[in-house]
Amino acid sequence: MEIKEVICISCPLGCVVKVEIDDGGIKNITGYSCKRGITYAQKEITNPVRIVTSTIKVDGGEKPLVSVKTKQSIPKNKIFDCMDEIRRMVVKAPVEAGDIIIENVAGTGVDVVATKEVQPAFLINQ
Amino acid sequence: MYDVIIIGAGVTGAAIARELSRYKVDACVLEKDEDVCCGTSKANSAIIHAGFDAAHGTLMAKMNVAGNLMMDQLVKDLDIPFRKNGSLVVCLSEDDRPKLEELYERGIANGVKELKLLTKDEVLEMEPNLSESIVGALYAPTAGIICPFNFTVAMAENAYQNGIQFSFNTEVTDIIKFEEGYFVKTNQKEFRTRYIVNAAGVYADKIHNMVSNKKIKIVPRRGDYLILDKDVGSLVDKTIFTVPGKMGKGVLVSPTVHGNLIVGPTAIDIEDKEATSTTKEGLDDVIKKASMIVKDLPLRYVITSFAGLRAHEVGHEFIIGEAEDSKGFIDAAGIESPGLTSAPAIGVMVADVLKEKMGLALKENFIAHRKGILNPKELSLEEQKKLIREKPEYGTVICRCETVTEGEIIDAIHRPLGAKSLDGVKRRTRAGMGRCQSGFCSPKVMEILARELGASMLDITKSGGASTIVVKRTK
Amino acid sequence: METYEVIVIGGGPAGLAAAVSAREHGIDRVLILERDKELGGILNQCIHNGFGLQIFKEELTGPEYAKRFIDKVEELKIEYKLNTMVLNISEGKVVTAVNRDDGLFELQAKAVILAMGCRERSRGALNIPGYRPAGIFSAGTAQRLVNIENYMPGNEVVILGSGDIGLIMARRMTLEGAKVKVVAELLPYSGGLKRNIVQCLNDYDIPLKLSHTVVDIHGKERISGVTIARVDDKGKPIKSTEEYYSCDTLMLSVGLIPENELSREMGVDINPVTNGPRVNESLETSVEGVFACGNVLHVHDLVDYATLEAQNAGRNAAEYVNKYNDNSSKAVDGAEINIIAKNGIRYTVPEKININRMDESVIVRFRVTDIFKNAYVVVFLDGERIIRKKRLIMVPSEMEEIRLEKAKLAAHDQLRTVTIEVEKE
Repeated sequence: MEIKEVICISCPLGCVVKVEIDDGGIKNITGYSCKRGITYAQKEITNPVRIVTSTIKVDGGEKPLVSVKTKQSIPKNKIFDCMDEIRRMVVKAPVEAGDIIIENVAGTGVDVVATKEVQPAFLINQ
Repeated sequence: MYDVIIIGAGVTGAAIARELSRYKVDACVLEKDEDVCCGTSKANSAIIHAGFDAAHGTLMAKMNVAGNLMMDQLVKDLDIPFRKNGSLVVCLSEDDRPKLEELYERGIANGVKELKLLTKDEVLEMEPNLSESIVGALYAPTAGIICPFNFTVAMAENAYQNGIQFSFNTEVTDIIKFEEGYFVKTNQKEFRTRYIVNAAGVYADKIHNMVSNKKIKIVPRRGDYLILDKDVGSLVDKTIFTVPGKMGKGVLVSPTVHGNLIVGPTAIDIEDKEATSTTKEGLDDVIKKASMIVKDLPLRYVITSFAGLRAHEVGHEFIIGEAEDSKGFIDAAGIESPGLTSAPAIGVMVADVLKEKMGLALKENFIAHRKGILNPKELSLEEQKKLIREKPEYGTVICRCETVTEGEIIDAIHRPLGAKSLDGVKRRTRAGMGRCQSGFCSPKVMEILARELGASMLDITKSGGASTIVVKRTK
Repeated sequence: METYEVIVIGGGPAGLAAAVSAREHGIDRVLILERDKELGGILNQCIHNGFGLQIFKEELTGPEYAKRFIDKVEELKIEYKLNTMVLNISEGKVVTAVNRDDGLFELQAKAVILAMGCRERSRGALNIPGYRPAGIFSAGTAQRLVNIENYMPGNEVVILGSGDIGLIMARRMTLEGAKVKVVAELLPYSGGLKRNIVQCLNDYDIPLKLSHTVVDIHGKERISGVTIARVDDKGKPIKSTEEYYSCDTLMLSVGLIPENELSREMGVDINPVTNGPRVNESLETSVEGVFACGNVLHVHDLVDYATLEAQNAGRNAAEYVNKYNDNSSKAVDGAEINIIAKNGIRYTVPEKININRMDESVIVRFRVTDIFKNAYVVVFLDGERIIRKKRLIMVPSEMEEIRLEKAKLAAHDQLRTVTIEVEKE
């Protein structure tokens, strides 16, 4: 039996929710002030996920970078794998917001998409 | 082989260079930092003193009064921001009144004009925000406030226009005497020269002692300061000093020539000639002392603090002239307050010494005037419109706190002895000196510097050397 | 002189929403003046997600949130000028601005909406002793360098202040390969959202030291380290609690200050608590026809609230202009009632209400002075208590709001002041 602590982010109260776990899964949850605490703690223990946002280098763009995000949340333990792929990637201008830049990042089944447009450099100069 | 090598491009070195540039002479200024005005000259009270403070008969007193008298013409010739706002030495206790009178007498003896002792009522009428506990003051209308950066920059630029060379990032490591003069060894290369002028500020003892056996000692005396927002810059109109009293030596409260309020300094003797860090104790002391002078010191308007090192000579006197045992080695050492005021007079004095010794002849084509960086804010609306039509870079405001345009920054970079770093731009144009303290404009100024100097953003520094700002590209 | 009906100063989230709202309320000639090279303001560098939950019920990144409004501006063909700095606004609403292409120019506005946003508090304002080397950045400047300019400010980072930008940058720097050693916060509680503490610090094992501050900065050319010490309950450093952290970067996230230089110069009354203009229920400042919204009015926690406020300002500016055009009397009957913030409430926006002019209800936004658990927000009309609402928790870092009904205010005879305070359990 193991007790894990999760700080609930549903409101500023920041309840420290204690989750008792054994081989069979979650046994007991305590320390919450409202139901949102239970749901949040369950999720954080069984399948913590995050949206990752970063930038990707743009070739020939009016700006050096385009901002990106994972289209959906990815498992928390895949964040740095995801960042590795993002760091290696270079995209050619133009880029539109919503364009898929990396498919199935870090084997998560989730795409990395642009969150902003970047026009080619020459368009700006004209 | 140079005729003269001047060591140090602070206000003293710059003033000497400018005065020397009137003559036919082959001279070079060596500066260890990347720019002029990087040491004592950049971090002080920025005051042009009237001249009642130094003991009568001293070189300090003589240079102070002479320098003050030169200022009106100099700022006109070289386009330097200066305002003769006058100063008040206030007295906070009846016990200290004799000291006030002593200052008055000394000022008269030193040749300071227009000095006047004021009653409490007269003082408070002149400066309504001063403390009610003031009992009287000494008023010196000839005192003023100046931009110490552009003061130094202007004299250096003018010297350069008139043929004096400058070598930056050049630190003197040793000086060897030979028959016709001196070898000056530096971190860059070796220079040969007939004469040396030592204007090395807090390092003037080190330089002097490389040559002379009559050793001198310069103690860095640190002064901590606070700068307050322009919103409270008119809290006082005159520079307010306190009479040195039972509470120790006081601090000053003064407007700056650019409209901020300056408060300070402390006076702490230290060993390290580079230790320009402020301390909590120092800043607290400044606040405490300033709060005795003005009614309500608006501390929430502090925008920055800094510390400067005065080049304090242990005998508390300027050492100017040829070293006794070292022919051709001219000191301008121990130049602490009132050094800024005295600099032009020291320039003349040292140039005269060199003229005598070397038999220098005046140039026919000496350029006496220098124009500062064009400040669009000083133009009429119509003139500004015309300027931007002709030079659109004056239409892009880079520093919003001080309203500095791209045009001014480009000018600062490309003029003779131009800015190479963020601080270089800041000191010349005030970009980054305002209330946001460069948060908004620093990336933009870096970009302009990189573009204009053909450098990478990665090589742009805050103030030369290892002070790079960004370390690598994100991607 | 060219005339616009509404000139909006600033093309960030507040300015965009205000301009769109003014147009949607029937104003033809709307102009946005923006100093940067693109619309969207600070959202452009806020590439993280978490925006829009209140308004769009989805999580957007900063650029995506901005795009919703920029698209609207384009669709409605609202005019805007980029790279344009407003230098002055006269009391008669003549706006003087400058840019490369138009030069220095003046425009006459019938109504002005102030939406200049805020700036970051600098090191100087904190009076941290030590050297002044390179490597000290406000968190927002660092964010711009990393996310827009493509430059990393350093490799080893200490962050002072736990404001949201600082927390976001702690994660951002970590993801880009830097080591964030510690976040120090002067107060005994964080200035940021709980969600950011967890997802930006805890996720990456970055320690948050509450009741700590930087007491010395080391390194002459580039910062080489900082000394951090614990502070007492008055915020004074406690001796012998100093700890040295080597670092090449110090980031400051120590508060935001509304940028009201233009407002002050034109004579707008400023509230010293918010550093923003004093406004009435219409978000109109002390200068008639000049409205304020977003972070220039008071620093918001979520952009969504800035947007809602800006929409309101846009609508009210439109109404003002429509009346102006009708040539009908601009004066409204009835006195303005002061809203007084007391006992645990730091400030309220608005500060004044004219019952005759208000909608059926008005939302009063406020911040509390401390952490309150299980406390009540109470509203008094003169002496009479009309609202007592329980809140599980209220914290200084999050904005609170309460709705005042016109009917209730109107029913109170000879109402002079509305008082809002916190009542502890």
